[in-house]
Amino acid sequence: MEFEGEHLLPGTIGHFFVLLAFVASLVATIGYCIASVSKNEADKRSWINFARLAFYTQTTAVLVIFGVIFYICSHHLFEYMYAYKHAAKELESRYLLACIWEGQEGSFLLWTVWHSIIGLFIIANSKKPLLNGWEAPVMSVISFAQLFLAMMILGVYIFNIRIGSSPFTLTRNEIAAPIFSQPNYLSFIKDGVGLNVLLRNYWMVIHPPVLFLGFASTIVPFALAYAGIQTKRFGDWVKTAIPFALFSTCVLGVGIMMGGKWAYESLSFGGYWAWDPVENASLVPWLVMVAGLHTMVIYKATDQSLRASYLFAILSFVFVLYSTFLTRTGILSDTSVHAFTLDDETKIVTYSMLILFLAVFTVPALVLFFMNYSKIPSVNKEEGTDTREFWMFIGAVIIFIASVFITAKTSVPVFNAVTGAKIAPPEDPEFSYNKVMVLVAFIIGMLTAIGQYFKYQKTERGYFLRKIGLPTLLAAVITTTLVIVYPLTYNKQGAGFLGAMYIALFGSVYAAIANGWYIWSILKGKFKVAGGSVAHAGFAIMLVGMLIASGNKKTISDNRVTGLNIPFTRDSKENPLENLTMIRDVPTRMLDYMVTYTGDSLGNEKGREFHRLIFVKNDSSERFELTPDVYVGKNELKSSNPGTKRYLTKDIYTYISSISPDENKEDTAAFKISELSIGDTAFYSKGYVVLNRVGRNLNTERYHFNPDEAALVAEVTVVGKDSMRHKAYPYIMIEDSQHINQVDDTLYAENMYVRFAGVTDGKKIKLGIKESNKILNYITLKAYLFPYINLVWLGLVIMAVGVVMSMIYRAKIKPTTATIVLAFVGIALFYMFFIAGG
Amino acid sequence: MKKTHIFILVGIAVLIVALIIFGFPSSDFSTYDTINSAKSKQGKYVHLIARLDHSQPIVYDPVKDPNYLTFSIVDSLGAQTKVIYHNSKPAELEQSERVVLQGKMQGDVFECQNITLKCPSKYKDDKKQMEKSVSEAK
Repeated sequence: MEFEGEHLLPGTIGHFFVLLAFVASLVATIGYCIASVSKNEADKRSWINFARLAFYTQTTAVLVIFGVIFYICSHHLFEYMYAYKHAAKELESRYLLACIWEGQEGSFLLWTVWHSIIGLFIIANSKKPLLNGWEAPVMSVISFAQLFLAMMILGVYIFNIRIGSSPFTLTRNEIAAPIFSQPNYLSFIKDGVGLNVLLRNYWMVIHPPVLFLGFASTIVPFALAYAGIQTKRFGDWVKTAIPFALFSTCVLGVGIMMGGKWAYESLSFGGYWAWDPVENASLVPWLVMVAGLHTMVIYKATDQSLRASYLFAILSFVFVLYSTFLTRTGILSDTSVHAFTLDDETKIVTYSMLILFLAVFTVPALVLFFMNYSKIPSVNKEEGTDTREFWMFIGAVIIFIASVFITAKTSVPVFNAVTGAKIAPPEDPEFSYNKVMVLVAFIIGMLTAIGQYFKYQKTERGYFLRKIGLPTLLAAVITTTLVIVYPLTYNKQGAGFLGAMYIALFGSVYAAIANGWYIWSILKGKFKVAGGSVAHAGFAIMLVGMLIASGNKKTISDNRVTGLNIPFTRDSKENPLENLTMIRDVPTRMLDYMVTYTGDSLGNEKGREFHRLIFVKNDSSERFELTPDVYVGKNELKSSNPGTKRYLTKDIYTYISSISPDENKEDTAAFKISELSIGDTAFYSKGYVVLNRVGRNLNTERYHFNPDEAALVAEVTVVGKDSMRHKAYPYIMIEDSQHINQVDDTLYAENMYVRFAGVTDGKKIKLGIKESNKILNYITLKAYLFPYINLVWLGLVIMAVGVVMSMIYRAKIKPTTATIVLAFVGIALFYMFFIAGG
Repeated sequence: MKKTHIFILVGIAVLIVALIIFGFPSSDFSTYDTINSAKSKQGKYVHLIARLDHSQPIVYDPVKDPNYLTFSIVDSLGAQTKVIYHNSKPAELEQSERVVLQGKMQGDVFECQNITLKCPSKYKDDKKQMEKSVSEAK
């Protein structure tokens, strides 16, 4: 059958380039492999040139595929499943890229795009001293990874099994529905499903590319470790790997915290980190990379811990693959709130392919490592406890153990799937991580503080004690002051855990101070070499911010605080009743604010509603408005975005958990008409009404009429049950001799309508009062106060800048380029974390 | 063996033991249960995987109490129980295909502390939506 209006060309082009990318990466892999084993220099050269050509071809193909998907989505070609599933005409154009990486295929594509760019960078710089001689083995690994990523989006049938899912499948082939038997089916498809409303957010545009660049970049240290073994230049690769490991640490770290900022700002989890398996899956490769970075630095300085460097470089990338497996197969779907889910048909294939992907990189790499273990040089000298390398190594091991712990806990669903066990997460999953990690934070804080005051090889006792004394004293004083002036109030887990939090607080304050002091007193402000200290100080500040923000987070919509809706059956210490219903126009006390919900307005997007909350400080010194918003579909709340008031030292954070149903229920109540003179009173069930005055075009706080209009306005005071006084202004507008228009006034707080119903012959005013039995207009919300949350973001930005400083130093980047890079990173991060977004 | 190696090995051993004791005590995991087995473990923290019982009403009136939701569930074995959740009603509860509830059985009522909804995957949703949009178009 011929179908009308389909655009089949882009799909054909796209599919061709997917095949091309697959074949070209295969050719590049083979070419680079032959080049790396080739002994003859001329042969090697020509194989490299050949493989480069193949790699350029696959890069071009990947970019074309990306372009075609972009075209399909931006032109709303709903004959393609990908556009139908992820794009929609109503979607704002800034989300266009976001809907490309919403889907599995698109996010794999994003990954291959970054691999391609990293590959091009390595090829372009292969003559530089740092990369000289590494191109062939490193690129054979990257090309091999590209082969697997291309396979994930291949969509080719082999023996009736679909290998990979192509982004260019047609809607009519994917969905069985009667309309596809009609040639003109496209005219019935008015719009696509569009980006999930949960993901319509600034961070959805920016977070995935950064995170995937972080993931993609972990392949370089892995490939270099492989190259070290392959070329038998066992130790040479480390100095090349350090700048790349620093790059990974920076980008992946920033990517992870962007996810945290996103969760904090708009996913209404009530925080930035929940130890969700998906979050853990991205944290673990970062931790391992950080551990590896430290062992590599040790090796560079002392020739020690080369074997550990190999292991960590390999494992960091392996954990990236493992986390891909965890998040993409749906295996976490019972334990994670935001894992991908798949339908059964694609599940098995995706499962097998991702396991294969994981296995072909993990097994050979580890086998090679252990086979060559004895050949990897190691120093047979005692490391004294007075050396920097000793404490750095301990730190790296602790970080690695922490990452093993997190992996083990996250992998419980895998364990269940393999063994058929039925282990479920504990009652308080976050606490089961926190109680361990708080001690890790303390140890890491302490090591970070003292580490740099030791020298490599040997440290003089006097030097160490002299230099470390003042920062130790300062940290102790500051922590003690904090304990007294601003104690942590987190008592949910008892005194033991609170004590552990204080210990961790000391550790992180100590680390921040000691590293700052180190820059000042030992490096004498030489920023060129201060990258490590800056990064450590930033990390420590981040820890301080985390401890204070979680230790003193307050639920301000807690019913016990506001004094409303207290059921008496509950153990209220354990679960604060966090939801608070706010009836429109009825002020409610929260902390030291009176908060009033004053109504909603519609956004540009379908189903988006903004709800206005007016906060007025009790002493009237401050007044601000927050507009948390929701997406509503089929009369129901679909997703909620917080409204946050940011201060330097705290955030007031609100989000809506329920809204009043907007049912068009018939209002069965009728107006009760009273005839009143000025000053008369009429009663209603909850209070009384006073008619204050009546006038033509009366200008009031509510209305301003033009002189040519003819409006008869009544000013009425309504006094409710709790003696609350409200003003109402119903009026009659005389349009012409035939038409008059009665405009009723609504008092949401009393759920009442007031009508100017007319004038009697005896010059009395007919005032109508209706007590509505329609459902009230209200919202239910949660509100929190996060103190010093900005320290978390500030610490992250400082850490990232410090890591970039180290990278510049280690990669020997020219001063002008370095300045530009640093300025760019600093400004971009500051903008993203403090200005843009929510 | 070097002194430092011994030190590190002992340290790691201590840490692992500590992790096992502090990180994985038995209270650190719970179980997936059926409604009947949960009823026999009164007051014990469990996970239930079940479906919403559409024959029973979902009660949530935020004006009265925004922290009180009740509904009923049935599991794959046909057992049924009432659920009380002291929080707001999760979006799309009615549309959910499957619910994972965490909490404790108290008498005949499941005191729920956390709800995870499994909604029909987008893919299946599309089909319905497609068919609907077609019928609307005609």
